[in-house]
Amino acid sequence: MVKVCVPRDSSALSLGADEVAAAIAVEAVRRGAAVRVVRTSSRGLFWLEPLVEVETPAGRIGFGPVDAADVPGLFAAGFLGGGEHALGVGPVAEIPFLKRQERLTFARAGVTEPTSLVDYEAHGGLRGLRRALSMAPAAVVEEVVASGLRGRGGAAFPTGIKWRTVAAAEAPRKYVAVNADEGDSGTYSDRMVMEGDPFVLLEGMAIAGYATGASHGYVYVRSEYPHAIAALEEALAVLRAAGWYGADIQGSGFGFDAEVRVGAGAYICGEETAMLESIEGRRGMVRFKPPLPAIKGLFGMPTVVNNVVSLASVPVILDRGARFYADFGLGSSRGTLPIQLAGNVRRAGLVEKAFGVTLRELVEEYGGGTRSGRPLRALQVGGPLGAYFDSSLLDLPLDYEALARHRGMVGHGGIVVFDDTVDMAAQARYAMEFCAVESCGKCTPCRIGSTRAQELIDRILRGEDAPANHAQLLKLCDVMESASLCALGGMAPWPVLSALRYFPGDFGLPPATEAARVV
Amino acid sequence: MKEAVLPKPLRRPEAPQYPAYDTAQVAAVLARWADTSGNLLPILHDIQRALGHVPPGAVGQIARALNRSRAEVHGVITFYHDFRQAPAGRHVLKLCQAESCQAMGSRQLTAEVEALLGCRLGETTADGAVTLEPVYCLGNCACSPAAMLDGRVLGRVTRAKLERLLDAVGRG
Ligand SMILES: Cc1cc2nc3c(=O)[nH]c(=O)nc-3n(C[C@H](O)[C@H](O)[C@H](O)COP(=O)(O)O)c2cc1C
Ligand code: SF4
Ligand code: FES
Repeated sequence: MVKVCVPRDSSALSLGADEVAAAIAVEAVRRGAAVRVVRTSSRGLFWLEPLVEVETPAGRIGFGPVDAADVPGLFAAGFLGGGEHALGVGPVAEIPFLKRQERLTFARAGVTEPTSLVDYEAHGGLRGLRRALSMAPAAVVEEVVASGLRGRGGAAFPTGIKWRTVAAAEAPRKYVAVNADEGDSGTYSDRMVMEGDPFVLLEGMAIAGYATGASHGYVYVRSEYPHAIAALEEALAVLRAAGWYGADIQGSGFGFDAEVRVGAGAYICGEETAMLESIEGRRGMVRFKPPLPAIKGLFGMPTVVNNVVSLASVPVILDRGARFYADFGLGSSRGTLPIQLAGNVRRAGLVEKAFGVTLRELVEEYGGGTRSGRPLRALQVGGPLGAYFDSSLLDLPLDYEALARHRGMVGHGGIVVFDDTVDMAAQARYAMEFCAVESCGKCTPCRIGSTRAQELIDRILRGEDAPANHAQLLKLCDVMESASLCALGGMAPWPVLSALRYFPGDFGLPPATEAARVV
Repeated sequence: MKEAVLPKPLRRPEAPQYPAYDTAQVAAVLARWADTSGNLLPILHDIQRALGHVPPGAVGQIARALNRSRAEVHGVITFYHDFRQAPAGRHVLKLCQAESCQAMGSRQLTAEVEALLGCRLGETTADGAVTLEPVYCLGNCACSPAAMLDGRVLGRVTRAKLERLLDAVGRG
């Protein structure tokens, strides 16, 4: 019986993975070949999706991107024995894009069957939770503090410190609320975790519950992710049946359960307090802070709010120790970051690396340059509120401080590549359009400013008193940055200001002075 | 004696007339979630799944069941892009408008699809076959441009590919 793996990740599905899996099953029957088609998830090598992997004594041999129509040819070429074929990519683990990564959080991505607990445990799963349950809750918190893990959702707040606050809060009930709203364009790592290795998120969540004294969890998943929702529900049922979720987990006396909540298409519900409002059944209006959610969060109770990747990184920290994790990375950016290459890039995919890898390595060596083959012109790092950079900044290392020095941010780790056909004025205008569409409406600079900014950009582009309107736009951006309640209004100016700084010509403006470019 | 001028009695405005909808289905959804805290979004999702939209007439029924004001329920329905107050076309095509897809030509693709269907983003074709909507990232940015047809995610989308799929589901 030959094991053939076909991903069930939604990107692979969007390219016909189901049809490929079905074609393999049909062709196997037709030829009387003993084949077991297993639905794994994606390795994150998306330019090769659908990537079919055949298990051989020499490891898994890959073929991709496979179309259902290629399947008879693959059989004819003897792909079940790892035979030569034009779509062959050799041993998957040896593909340089994958081999050069440091996969801790994504160690199982594309390797295991996402909702097989046997597979999960065989690949190191549940070791973190087992160890946590053998420790005092406070020691678990300190382990996470020592690891240096900072929130991967965007704000980069130290996860352990947040847990300490929740652990110290006295309350009849506490919650863990997972932020799986992943609204940033160019990002898909949360989706990959939930679809490809949902147990690791649920394990991290249970550890967070144990460490902070929370008994109930919510995973707030955006509605655009139906496969992630299904995988989480399935994984939860498996864990409950095996006694890893529910009352008295494995006889430890600690009880924890969780439910999945589905968003409804609102970017702002990724902001943590808007997310809590949404879970409570209200409009996703941002709350004033303080009180912090860690003190007064969901239903007024102390709540750990963490991003999917933050929590999915916790099991390996508990399993291998804080020191092991902190040894990756540098300065105050510790551990690994799953970087997501997107947009106009030849090899789009997930790169989990220690902090410090440069944009150039990512975009050129991993990404292979633009998909169109045209010169690279701009990058947007850190989602729709992140800065645009030009190619002169490719040598920047990806860490929190280096990007902050250049008025940019790591955000959720997405990098969107643009070639030389991009119109940066259109991109800047879009940033404000998006802000206007998604604003929760609570504060004026964001609600009104985003529309005024679009008008100002339009006037500059029409050449109507461009210097005055440019000055006015800068002033408006300043007001939005300093007077908005949350980062949607507060950072929507970043893509605009950076586009003005690096690409003034696209707005019909004179070149920026060197002083304005260099921070 | 002069006749007293009485003020006109205050009259409540006519209750607005809403189209009839399946109240039993809504009641079933409300019963299903009765014991869950923070249940409004799950309720609205389920109603929309059952009826294709959240009928304006159901707002009162939901509000009464949750002991919340109609304004509040209406406010929630209108805040979220997912909830519709009127039925969509027989098929819903969402085109991603966010940055990664822009970098791979989504603006051009959107214009082409608008021309193909004869309707703009946010509109439904005249024959009621297809509702065309914007979406801001489907998490399929490694395979941009992305789209979603009747809940199914599509990657590396071209006009030709969409035309084929639309024909297959019976556009028009
Ligand atoms: C407009 C806006 C959108 C956000 N979207 C997300 C999101 O989609 N996912 C996420 O994890 N955090 C998002 N955040 C950050 C959250 O507010 C919060 O910092 C995070 O969930 C905390 O988890 P972490 O510390 O593990 O990162 C967003 C913040 C803002 C202001
Ligand atoms: S900045 Fe915008 S999204 Fe944030 S609270 Fe203010 S209005 Fe709402
Ligand atoms: S930006 Fe279009 S799928 Fe993410």
